[in-house]
Amino acid sequence: MTRAVARIALSAALLVAALPAHAQRITAVAVDRSAIAFVSKQMNVPVDGKFGRFSAEISFDAGRPSEAKVSIEVDLNSIDTGSDEANAEVKGRSWFDVKSFPSAKFVSTGVKALGGGRFEVTGKLTIKGRTRDVAAPLTFKPDAQGGVFDGSFTLKRLDYGIGSGVWSDTDTVANEVQIKFHVTGVGGTPKQ
Amino acid sequence: MRYTKTAVTLHWTIVLAIVTAASVGLYMTGLPFSPQKLKLYSWHKWIGVTIFLLAVARVVWRLMRAAPRLPPAMLRWQRIAAMASHILLYVLVLVIPVSGWLMSSALGVKTVYLGVVPLPDLLAKNKALGDALKQVHASLNGTLAVVVLLHAAAALKHHFVERDDVLHRMLPLIKPRDQAQR
Repeated sequence: MTRAVARIALSAALLVAALPAHAQRITAVAVDRSAIAFVSKQMNVPVDGKFGRFSAEISFDAGRPSEAKVSIEVDLNSIDTGSDEANAEVKGRSWFDVKSFPSAKFVSTGVKALGGGRFEVTGKLTIKGRTRDVAAPLTFKPDAQGGVFDGSFTLKRLDYGIGSGVWSDTDTVANEVQIKFHVTGVGGTPKQ
Repeated sequence: MRYTKTAVTLHWTIVLAIVTAASVGLYMTGLPFSPQKLKLYSWHKWIGVTIFLLAVARVVWRLMRAAPRLPPAMLRWQRIAAMASHILLYVLVLVIPVSGWLMSSALGVKTVYLGVVPLPDLLAKNKALGDALKQVHASLNGTLAVVVLLHAAAALKHHFVERDDVLHRMLPLIKPRDQAQR
């Protein structure tokens, strides 16, 4: 009896796994299973950092990428640059000035399919009151609940006035900062 | 009999590098977070890696070319003390850069020699371990400072009290005793 139940359950699981992935429309982001990280270069040494808090809205159907929309708002107070003294420094006026500009925002303007599970999202990134166009290639792996987006792009910190004054010397802290994102999308109501 | 030119050159180059690394190290930690501080930390690490490489060369050279004999007047305990302090110096000069490297890895900042050659991280990022290694790095340096002072004091005692050639064999700039007496 138990064996028969197990067999049915297994068949059902296999059937679900075999279902066409694009059937699932993604309407929310599971923030607890997502991450936004970055790599800054100090004296040519790559240093890993991340943002602890962000919120995101998404509407994505792999079959209709041109209709996709995503917006992400990052709480800059949640920055972790890798060291306590750097965390204290980058919240200050010459870096993010989090008192005046507590968050960074990305709003997509378009998504196009590149084939083979790869897409490119373009949009406007606003940090410290300055808005720039960015484009990020990403991969999308569909799963039973929705799917996972992984991608990265490089921004120039001085385009946004991040690190001014003595810090504008890019020999010490490089102008290029790589932003990496891992976003778990789900169908239906958002899971926080 | 003196140390070979290679041994003498390595010895004094390492002395200079250690004094520089120690000065930079003591100065940089007190600085506010700034580009200057990041630069000094990198330079300190580069000097440390250089010291490690020079120390490896020094130890290999010493194993290949025996040190000149100690003066016959030296007592047994003095010979043992001289040998022990030399071994301790070599160990410290090799271990201290490694402790700094491990500490950097644990604190999440890779060491990139001369800004070009990335050293592998032997430890994953772990703040508690990094802070502990910081203490280890400092204690080892305190120990090195004590042993270096004893080493230098012994060399000066040989020169000014025993009036033998022990200092001359590593510092050819000063005249050997037997020639000076003639």
